[in-house]
Amino acid sequence: MIATLVPLEAPLLVLAALAATGVAFALSPLRQIIVNGLYGLLLVILFVVFQAPDVALSMLVVTTVAYPLIVLVAIRRTRK
Amino acid sequence: MRRQRARGLLALPALGGLGALLAWGFSGLSPFGHFHGFYGQLLNAIALPQRHTTNTVAAVTFDYRGIDTLGEEFILFTAVIGVVLLLRKAGRATPRDVAQDVVSSQASRYFGVIGAGLVLLVGLWLAAFGYVTPGGGFQGGVVIASGIAVVFLACGYRAWLRVSNEEVLDPLEGTGAGGFVALGLAALIAGAPFLHNLFGPGKAGTLFSGGSIAIANWAVALEVAAANLVLYAEFLEQYVMTLVRDTGDE
Repeated sequence: MIATLVPLEAPLLVLAALAATGVAFALSPLRQIIVNGLYGLLLVILFVVFQAPDVALSMLVVTTVAYPLIVLVAIRRTRK
Repeated sequence: MRRQRARGLLALPALGGLGALLAWGFSGLSPFGHFHGFYGQLLNAIALPQRHTTNTVAAVTFDYRGIDTLGEEFILFTAVIGVVLLLRKAGRATPRDVAQDVVSSQASRYFGVIGAGLVLLVGLWLAAFGYVTPGGGFQGGVVIASGIAVVFLACGYRAWLRVSNEEVLDPLEGTGAGGFVALGLAALIAGAPFLHNLFGPGKAGTLFSGGSIAIANWAVALEVAAANLVLYAEFLEQYVMTLVRDTGDE
């Protein structure tokens, strides 16, 4: 099981780095939060690969429900 | 445009320095799976025999390093108070605001309700078995709160109001935060150091293990779940208040 997961580490780390750069370079906060969701999901897979299932489960919920919810509300509230 | 470019150029040396520092730091790490920290190995060796907790992380956060967790609890508690103080000043939602938020998709209702139940169940499991299997009160609490937040996504603000009564949530949050302190004081009253593990270690691998860790774990789960729900409630109220504003006065 572990032996089959290890080759995933390098490509996942590269993808996570790319997604993180994407978050930083997204043009508007709205796009940023969507790209951030993708980045978060990549981190979730990374945590599973690194054998931290509890962190992965929490991250999954935080990155798909909790964080976007708060940020989307804040974006809408502050929009002129 | 020119100012943006100047800013980017200004940031480059700092980013370069930070990158070099990180590269230097990471290159010195031991390879994955070969941890060399003294305390980690010590705790791995003693947590199970001493506390009978199969999840060493829970033994660390709720027992060996319990006072730190107590501090973290109150950081969250204070942060939520700050948000509530700021946002409640911005006005309360009126029934007309609430009526504006309608979920029109039946599919999102059905799948959302199933999703809410599933997430809630995962959260309860993470919290309940936090000191036996990977998880814990903090993670469980966050997941429980998010499961309830899915109710808003699936069924709209009116349904959300029914599951996020602040007169229920505020005391629950206080009980969670205070419960941890009470556990520490109970040890003092019993003549032991603050937050000393008072109860017997129990049987490893079952819910009856870890002694006080189980109680601290549930106190944290309650505090974190309630704190997150209070946060969502405040933010979502701000959201429905924009609905009337954006559709104009009808």
